[in-house]
Amino acid sequence: MTAFDTVLDLVLSALLVGGGIFALVGSYGLIRLPRPMQRLHAPTKATTIGVGAALAVSALDRLGQGQVSLQELLITLFLLLTAPVSALFLAKSLILRGEADPDLPPSPTGAPWSTLATPPQDP
Amino acid sequence: MRRLFPHPYLSLTLVVLWFLLVNQWKLGSLVMAVILATVIPLLTSAWWPDRPRVKRPFGLAAYGLLVLWDIIVANFQVARIVLFFPRDRIRSAWIPIPLDLTSPEAISLLAGTITMTPGTLTADLSADGRALLVHALHAPDPAAVRDEIKSRYEARLQRIFE
Repeated sequence: MTAFDTVLDLVLSALLVGGGIFALVGSYGLIRLPRPMQRLHAPTKATTIGVGAALAVSALDRLGQGQVSLQELLITLFLLLTAPVSALFLAKSLILRGEADPDLPPSPTGAPWSTLATPPQDP
Repeated sequence: MRRLFPHPYLSLTLVVLWFLLVNQWKLGSLVMAVILATVIPLLTSAWWPDRPRVKRPFGLAAYGLLVLWDIIVANFQVARIVLFFPRDRIRSAWIPIPLDLTSPEAISLLAGTITMTPGTLTADLSADGRALLVHALHAPDPAAVRDEIKSRYEARLQRIFE
Protein backbone atom coordinates (compact mmCIF):
# COMPACT_ATOMS: atom_id res chain seq x y z
CA MET A 1 0.00 0.00 0.00
CA THR A 2 1.75 3.15 -1.16
CA ALA A 3 1.01 6.64 0.11
CA PHE A 4 -0.81 7.36 -3.16
CA ASP A 5 -3.17 4.43 -2.61
CA THR A 6 -3.98 5.61 0.90
CA VAL A 7 -4.76 9.14 -0.23
CA LEU A 8 -6.81 7.81 -3.14
CA ASP A 9 -8.80 5.56 -0.81
CA LEU A 10 -9.48 8.48 1.52
CA VAL A 11 -10.63 10.76 -1.30
CA LEU A 12 -12.85 8.07 -2.84
CA SER A 13 -14.40 7.19 0.52
CA ALA A 14 -15.16 10.87 1.15
CA LEU A 15 -16.78 11.09 -2.30
CA LEU A 16 -18.92 8.02 -1.60
CA VAL A 17 -20.14 9.30 1.76
CA GLY A 18 -20.74 12.82 0.38
CA GLY A 19 -22.67 11.45 -2.59
CA GLY A 20 -24.72 9.26 -0.28
CA ILE A 21 -25.66 12.29 1.82
CA PHE A 22 -26.85 14.16 -1.28
CA ALA A 23 -28.93 11.19 -2.45
CA LEU A 24 -30.51 11.05 1.01
CA VAL A 25 -31.26 14.79 0.93
CA GLY A 26 -32.92 14.38 -2.46
CA SER A 27 -35.22 11.68 -1.14
CA TYR A 28 -35.89 13.66 2.05
CA GLY A 29 -36.92 16.62 -0.15
CA LEU A 30 -39.68 14.43 -1.60
CA ILE A 31 -41.23 14.19 1.87
CA ARG A 32 -40.51 17.69 3.09
CA LEU A 33 -41.47 19.98 0.20
CA PRO A 34 -45.22 20.67 0.31
CA ARG A 35 -46.30 21.15 -3.32
CA PRO A 36 -46.04 18.67 -6.22
CA MET A 37 -44.04 21.00 -8.50
CA GLN A 38 -41.54 21.69 -5.69
CA ARG A 39 -41.13 17.98 -5.06
CA LEU A 40 -39.95 17.53 -8.64
CA HIS A 41 -36.87 19.65 -7.91
CA ALA A 42 -35.29 17.50 -5.22
CA PRO A 43 -34.93 14.19 -7.10
CA THR A 44 -33.83 15.77 -10.40
CA LYS A 45 -30.85 17.56 -8.87
CA ALA A 46 -29.82 16.39 -5.44
CA THR A 47 -29.69 12.79 -6.62
CA THR A 48 -27.62 13.51 -9.75
CA ILE A 49 -24.60 14.33 -7.61
CA GLY A 50 -25.23 11.24 -5.48
CA VAL A 51 -25.13 8.92 -8.49
CA GLY A 52 -22.38 11.05 -10.06
CA ALA A 53 -20.13 10.64 -7.03
CA ALA A 54 -20.70 6.86 -6.95
CA LEU A 55 -19.83 6.67 -10.67
CA ALA A 56 -16.68 8.77 -10.22
CA VAL A 57 -15.53 6.44 -7.44
CA SER A 58 -16.24 3.40 -9.59
CA ALA A 59 -14.30 4.90 -12.52
CA LEU A 60 -11.25 5.87 -10.44
CA ASP A 61 -11.24 2.85 -8.14
CA ARG A 62 -8.26 1.15 -9.81
CA LEU A 63 -6.29 4.32 -10.54
CA GLY A 64 -3.54 2.96 -8.28
CA GLN A 65 -2.91 0.19 -10.84
CA GLY A 66 -3.02 2.75 -13.65
CA GLN A 67 -6.48 1.76 -14.85
CA VAL A 68 -9.39 4.10 -15.44
CA SER A 69 -12.73 2.59 -16.36
CA LEU A 70 -14.58 4.56 -19.02
CA GLN A 71 -17.96 2.84 -18.93
CA GLU A 72 -19.02 5.10 -16.05
CA LEU A 73 -18.71 8.04 -18.44
CA LEU A 74 -21.42 6.39 -20.51
CA ILE A 75 -23.74 6.03 -17.51
CA THR A 76 -23.18 9.69 -16.62
CA LEU A 77 -24.02 10.70 -20.18
CA PHE A 78 -27.27 8.73 -20.25
CA LEU A 79 -28.17 10.07 -16.82
CA LEU A 80 -27.72 13.65 -18.05
CA LEU A 81 -29.81 12.85 -21.13
CA THR A 82 -32.71 11.08 -19.41
CA ALA A 83 -33.16 13.03 -16.14
CA PRO A 84 -34.44 16.25 -17.84
CA VAL A 85 -36.77 14.26 -20.10
CA SER A 86 -38.43 12.36 -17.25
CA ALA A 87 -38.71 15.58 -15.22
CA LEU A 88 -40.31 17.34 -18.20
CA PHE A 89 -42.89 14.59 -18.62
CA LEU A 90 -43.73 14.55 -14.90
CA ALA A 91 -44.21 18.34 -15.04
CA LYS A 92 -46.37 18.07 -18.17
CA SER A 93 -48.61 15.44 -16.58
CA LEU A 94 -48.97 17.63 -13.47
CA ILE A 95 -50.00 20.58 -15.65
CA LEU A 96 -52.43 18.46 -17.64
CA ARG A 97 -54.10 17.05 -14.51
CA GLY A 98 -54.33 20.53 -12.99
CA GLU A 99 -52.19 19.47 -10.02
CA ALA A 100 -49.46 22.00 -10.75
CA ASP A 101 -49.78 25.28 -8.90
CA PRO A 102 -52.97 27.05 -9.98
CA ASP A 103 -51.41 30.38 -10.98
CA LEU A 104 -49.94 29.16 -14.27
CA PRO A 105 -48.84 32.26 -16.23
CA PRO A 106 -49.96 32.68 -19.86
CA SER A 107 -47.30 32.08 -22.50
CA PRO A 108 -45.63 35.36 -23.60
CA THR A 109 -46.01 34.54 -27.28
CA GLY A 110 -49.81 34.32 -27.37
CA ALA A 111 -49.85 30.63 -28.30
CA PRO A 112 -50.93 28.39 -25.37
CA TRP A 113 -48.55 26.06 -23.49
CA SER A 114 -48.28 22.93 -25.61
CA THR A 115 -49.63 20.60 -22.90
CA LEU A 116 -52.88 22.55 -22.75
CA ALA A 117 -53.17 23.29 -26.47
CA THR A 118 -55.68 21.41 -28.62
CA PRO A 119 -53.71 18.90 -30.69
CA PRO A 120 -53.57 19.50 -34.45
CA GLN A 121 -56.14 17.44 -36.38
CA ASP A 122 -54.89 14.65 -38.60
CA PRO A 123 -55.60 15.47 -42.25
CA MET B 1 -22.44 9.62 -48.65
CA ARG B 2 -25.16 11.95 -47.46
CA ARG B 3 -27.85 9.37 -48.16
CA LEU B 4 -25.90 6.58 -46.43
CA PHE B 5 -25.02 8.71 -43.38
CA PRO B 6 -27.81 11.28 -42.88
CA HIS B 7 -26.41 12.31 -39.51
CA PRO B 8 -22.60 12.08 -39.46
CA TYR B 9 -22.32 13.39 -35.88
CA LEU B 10 -24.83 10.77 -34.70
CA SER B 11 -22.89 8.02 -36.49
CA LEU B 12 -19.63 9.17 -34.91
CA THR B 13 -21.27 9.32 -31.47
CA LEU B 14 -22.64 5.79 -31.91
CA VAL B 15 -19.16 4.43 -32.74
CA VAL B 16 -17.70 6.02 -29.60
CA LEU B 17 -20.66 4.84 -27.48
CA TRP B 18 -20.26 1.26 -28.70
CA PHE B 19 -16.56 1.21 -27.83
CA LEU B 20 -17.35 2.57 -24.36
CA LEU B 21 -20.00 -0.13 -23.95
CA VAL B 22 -17.77 -3.08 -24.85
CA ASN B 23 -14.81 -1.45 -23.06
CA GLN B 24 -12.12 -3.12 -25.20
CA TRP B 25 -10.33 -2.41 -28.46
CA LYS B 26 -10.94 -5.21 -30.98
CA LEU B 27 -11.50 -5.29 -34.73
CA GLY B 28 -14.81 -7.12 -34.20
CA SER B 29 -16.09 -4.29 -32.04
CA LEU B 30 -15.20 -1.80 -34.75
CA VAL B 31 -17.17 -3.77 -37.35
CA MET B 32 -20.19 -3.93 -35.05
CA ALA B 33 -19.83 -0.22 -34.27
CA VAL B 34 -19.81 0.68 -37.97
CA ILE B 35 -22.87 -1.49 -38.62
CA LEU B 36 -24.78 0.21 -35.79
CA ALA B 37 -23.57 3.67 -36.84
CA THR B 38 -24.98 3.01 -40.34
CA VAL B 39 -28.25 1.30 -39.50
CA ILE B 40 -29.52 3.41 -36.57
CA PRO B 41 -29.31 6.84 -38.29
CA LEU B 42 -30.91 5.35 -41.42
CA LEU B 43 -33.82 3.85 -39.47
CA THR B 44 -34.44 6.99 -37.39
CA SER B 45 -33.83 9.66 -40.05
CA ALA B 46 -37.58 9.80 -40.86
CA TRP B 47 -38.15 11.42 -37.45
CA TRP B 48 -35.15 13.73 -37.70
CA PRO B 49 -35.24 15.20 -41.22
CA ASP B 50 -33.04 18.26 -40.68
CA ARG B 51 -29.35 18.04 -40.04
CA PRO B 52 -28.39 20.13 -36.99
CA ARG B 53 -25.73 22.71 -37.72
CA VAL B 54 -23.09 23.02 -35.02
CA LYS B 55 -20.98 26.02 -35.90
CA ARG B 56 -18.57 25.72 -33.00
CA PRO B 57 -18.02 22.16 -31.69
CA PHE B 58 -15.40 23.42 -29.21
CA GLY B 59 -17.89 25.94 -27.91
CA LEU B 60 -20.21 23.01 -27.28
CA ALA B 61 -17.51 21.22 -25.23
CA ALA B 62 -16.86 24.36 -23.18
CA TYR B 63 -20.60 24.70 -22.65
CA GLY B 64 -20.73 21.11 -21.37
CA LEU B 65 -18.03 21.86 -18.77
CA LEU B 66 -19.86 25.01 -17.66
CA VAL B 67 -23.09 23.04 -17.22
CA LEU B 68 -21.29 20.27 -15.28
CA TRP B 69 -19.90 22.86 -12.87
CA ASP B 70 -23.32 24.49 -12.50
CA ILE B 71 -24.89 21.10 -11.76
CA ILE B 72 -22.52 20.64 -8.81
CA VAL B 73 -23.36 24.13 -7.52
CA ALA B 74 -27.07 23.44 -8.10
CA ASN B 75 -26.91 20.39 -5.88
CA PHE B 76 -25.56 22.37 -2.95
CA GLN B 77 -28.19 25.09 -3.39
CA VAL B 78 -31.11 22.69 -3.64
CA ALA B 79 -29.82 20.67 -0.67
CA ARG B 80 -29.64 23.90 1.39
CA ILE B 81 -33.21 24.85 0.48
CA VAL B 82 -34.53 21.35 1.19
CA LEU B 83 -32.77 21.06 4.55
CA PHE B 84 -32.77 24.52 6.09
CA PHE B 85 -35.56 26.63 4.63
CA PRO B 86 -38.79 26.80 6.61
CA ARG B 87 -41.56 25.48 4.38
CA ASP B 88 -43.51 28.76 4.19
CA ARG B 89 -40.43 30.79 3.23
CA ILE B 90 -39.80 28.88 0.00
CA ARG B 91 -40.93 31.23 -2.76
CA SER B 92 -41.63 29.06 -5.79
CA ALA B 93 -42.46 30.80 -9.04
CA TRP B 94 -43.41 30.12 -12.63
CA ILE B 95 -41.13 31.91 -15.07
CA PRO B 96 -42.10 32.15 -18.76
CA ILE B 97 -39.00 32.61 -20.90
CA PRO B 98 -39.40 33.97 -24.44
CA LEU B 99 -36.85 32.27 -26.71
CA ASP B 100 -34.48 33.81 -29.23
CA LEU B 101 -33.25 30.34 -30.27
CA THR B 102 -34.95 28.72 -33.24
CA SER B 103 -33.09 25.43 -33.81
CA PRO B 104 -34.98 22.54 -32.14
CA GLU B 105 -31.72 20.90 -31.02
CA ALA B 106 -30.58 24.10 -29.30
CA ILE B 107 -33.95 24.53 -27.57
CA SER B 108 -33.93 20.96 -26.23
CA LEU B 109 -30.38 21.47 -25.00
CA LEU B 110 -31.43 24.70 -23.25
CA ALA B 111 -34.46 22.96 -21.70
CA GLY B 112 -32.27 20.13 -20.40
CA THR B 113 -29.72 22.59 -19.04
CA ILE B 114 -32.41 24.53 -17.16
CA THR B 115 -33.68 21.33 -15.56
CA MET B 116 -30.22 20.25 -14.39
CA THR B 117 -29.06 23.62 -13.00
CA PRO B 118 -29.76 25.82 -9.93
CA GLY B 119 -33.29 25.45 -8.63
CA THR B 120 -35.04 25.59 -11.99
CA LEU B 121 -37.01 23.05 -14.00
CA THR B 122 -38.39 23.17 -17.55
CA ALA B 123 -42.10 22.36 -17.33
CA ASP B 124 -43.47 23.07 -20.79
CA LEU B 125 -42.93 24.60 -24.21
CA SER B 126 -45.43 26.94 -25.84
CA ALA B 127 -47.37 25.47 -28.75
CA ASP B 128 -45.54 27.65 -31.28
CA GLY B 129 -42.12 26.71 -29.85
CA ARG B 130 -41.18 30.30 -29.03
CA ALA B 131 -41.26 30.22 -25.21
CA LEU B 132 -40.34 27.89 -22.35
CA LEU B 133 -42.27 27.54 -19.09
CA VAL B 134 -39.81 27.24 -16.20
CA HIS B 135 -40.59 26.44 -12.57
CA ALA B 136 -38.19 27.82 -9.97
CA LEU B 137 -37.97 26.20 -6.54
CA HIS B 138 -36.95 29.38 -4.74
CA ALA B 139 -36.96 32.64 -6.72
CA PRO B 140 -37.74 35.84 -4.81
CA ASP B 141 -36.94 37.73 -8.04
CA PRO B 142 -38.22 35.78 -11.09
CA ALA B 143 -37.08 38.43 -13.60
CA ALA B 144 -33.45 38.03 -12.45
CA VAL B 145 -33.63 34.24 -12.94
CA ARG B 146 -35.03 34.75 -16.44
CA ASP B 147 -32.27 37.21 -17.35
CA GLU B 148 -29.57 34.92 -15.97
CA ILE B 149 -30.82 31.95 -18.01
CA LYS B 150 -30.95 34.09 -21.14
CA SER B 151 -27.48 35.57 -20.72
CA ARG B 152 -25.66 32.56 -19.22
CA TYR B 153 -27.05 29.71 -21.33
CA GLU B 154 -29.16 30.93 -24.22
CA ALA B 155 -26.63 33.47 -25.51
CA ARG B 156 -23.91 30.79 -25.49
CA LEU B 157 -26.13 28.27 -27.30
CA GLN B 158 -27.02 30.89 -29.86
CA ARG B 159 -23.36 31.48 -30.62
CA ILE B 160 -22.79 27.72 -30.96
CA PHE B 161 -25.80 26.82 -33.12
CA GLU B 162 -26.88 29.90 -35.03
